[in-house]
Amino acid sequence: MLTRAQQRFWQSTSGRIGAVLAISLVTLALLAPILHPYDPTTDRDYLARLVPPSSQHWFGTDALGRDLLTLIWYGIRTSLLISVVSVSLGFLIGVTLGLLAGYLGGRVDGVISWLTDILLAFPSILLAIAIVTVTGPSLQSAMIAIAIVQIPIYIRLTRSMVLSLREQEFVQAARAIGATPFQIVVQHILPASLAPLIVQASLSIGTATLEAAGLGFLGLGAQPPTPELGGMLADAFKGGYSLTSPWTTLFPGLFITLMVLAFNLLGDGLRDGLDPKG
Amino acid sequence: MLTVTTERQGFEPWVPFGTLDFKSSAFDHSATSPKSDPISVTFSESMGFYILKRLFSLLPVLFGITLLVFGFLHLIPGDPAVVLLGERATPEQLAAVRAQLGLDRPLWVQYLAFLNSLFHLDLGTSIISGIPIADELKVRCPATFELAIAAMMVALIVGIPAGIIAAIRRNSWIDNLTMTGSLLGVSVPVYWLGLLLIYLFAVNLHWLPPSGRISVDQGFIFQPITGFYILDAVLQGNSTALMDGFAHLVLPAITLGTIPLAILARITRSSMLETLSQDYIRTAKAKGVPEFWVVCRHALKNALLPVTTIAGLQFGTLLGGAILTETIFAWPGIGSWIYQGILERDYPVVQGGVIFVAIAFVLVNALIDISYGFIDPRIQLR
Repeated sequence: MLTRAQQRFWQSTSGRIGAVLAISLVTLALLAPILHPYDPTTDRDYLARLVPPSSQHWFGTDALGRDLLTLIWYGIRTSLLISVVSVSLGFLIGVTLGLLAGYLGGRVDGVISWLTDILLAFPSILLAIAIVTVTGPSLQSAMIAIAIVQIPIYIRLTRSMVLSLREQEFVQAARAIGATPFQIVVQHILPASLAPLIVQASLSIGTATLEAAGLGFLGLGAQPPTPELGGMLADAFKGGYSLTSPWTTLFPGLFITLMVLAFNLLGDGLRDGLDPKG
Repeated sequence: MLTVTTERQGFEPWVPFGTLDFKSSAFDHSATSPKSDPISVTFSESMGFYILKRLFSLLPVLFGITLLVFGFLHLIPGDPAVVLLGERATPEQLAAVRAQLGLDRPLWVQYLAFLNSLFHLDLGTSIISGIPIADELKVRCPATFELAIAAMMVALIVGIPAGIIAAIRRNSWIDNLTMTGSLLGVSVPVYWLGLLLIYLFAVNLHWLPPSGRISVDQGFIFQPITGFYILDAVLQGNSTALMDGFAHLVLPAITLGTIPLAILARITRSSMLETLSQDYIRTAKAKGVPEFWVVCRHALKNALLPVTTIAGLQFGTLLGGAILTETIFAWPGIGSWIYQGILERDYPVVQGGVIFVAIAFVLVNALIDISYGFIDPRIQLR
């Protein structure tokens, strides 16, 4: 079964491209301190401000004379960290609440669904902004905000999976042989609903990356001197360099797009592999 | 469909909230009431009931929104009185301002007062400018809606035909191009796209203005009526202002419309593919109906049903998503205003803007749901 899913995954063009892109980006991000040690506080070259791309600075430099390639490299680390942590948090909380709502039903379901509806009533970036305004802008706040934005998606998905699986024969069989509700949910329902959840998680990393960069652009993400792709775009925009030195805008945005694209393609491939009907 | 259902209303006694709780059949009177003929439509199955049910379902969500926004504001670190008066204010001055703002009362009293003023459309005043939030919203709301409508037009005009053509010519280069384009469209940060568009079309080519809604010289002469500049220019027969307003609208509309465009193209394609594989389409083709007519007269009507839902949902998202686009293009709408409010720690502005967008979002989605009931009569019977 697993091999057939793997086959389907590798047969899908999206899956192949997405996997290669995502693995390369994650590897580069992980190896950055070994391949290219960097200290954001000492990195300044005021004599080489806003230098266009050259053999020395492949992507040019920014207004403080910092090498954009290095900044982007480390910015990818920050963006990946935010998106992976926030999606994991959102996944854990959302799936747990979705399982509870779907399996227990009644009042629990009512309250959880009400909360879900409220969270979904806010356009996602607006909700993230509102949360960061409360917690104050920082890397952690951005993670929490994006995690909260992700929660209702997982609640909805898990709840609907549980509702469709709850009355299936294998679950009734487990109930008949005396399995406790906890066993039924964790050992039977959860594994059966994992495929669409994994697909959603991959797609979520894409949207989380976009939201993280959006918060960074509004000055509500990781704070300087931590390099962050959205923040780099904000610097270029606020300083007006996006108009005079377009490379300060072009490359950070290109890498945000590449990251989002990688996880979107990966999600498509995973869907082809794991969940061919969905 | 609608005329039938409204005529039938009188036949069935309406039990208030009878089938609102559709999870519990114990309350479902329509299930137990005898029916004279199999096609009779009870009120609980009628369009009027469907609309009522949908509107009632809004209440808990709207209540939750007010609770959440109120909670947010009271969780914000820092004392609003200190923000208002600055760090050097004396304790007496701070206490006076707290009393004036009602911050010294119990939380639930403050919440009730908040709800009360919300009902009277009184959202307070901006700490920085001193202008009432409701007045500012009135001015900025048309700007945001104009941009959202324009973005939606871009998405519909380009996205739906692209999706249809991609479905008809499946696996051709045009299909691959559309799908690649739509994938890029959902992956790209729109504000980055906006910056690139400004650089290319405004700074380098000088084709279009980089920011604002209207040129400075026009801005002095032009007197808006509704606040929708394009509409106002048409109403006044002012062709200069019309061209100027339109030119200012192009780049922000393309920027904001990118994501819905990509999503609509994808949905249209998959929905069209599903419809084209139906038996009635095969029958039409077998009868010798030309492909163009099969698509236009038979397939399109059904294929576009899911597209309308998605388009509606996307329109709601545009209202909130405009915050980044409006900031880039200095578009004087609600989004850029919220951004300014964040920068200046002007909480009443953030609160007013967020609550307005959230409520507008919920109402737009409900309207879409209701109109969907008219478009697809099957929906209300579920």
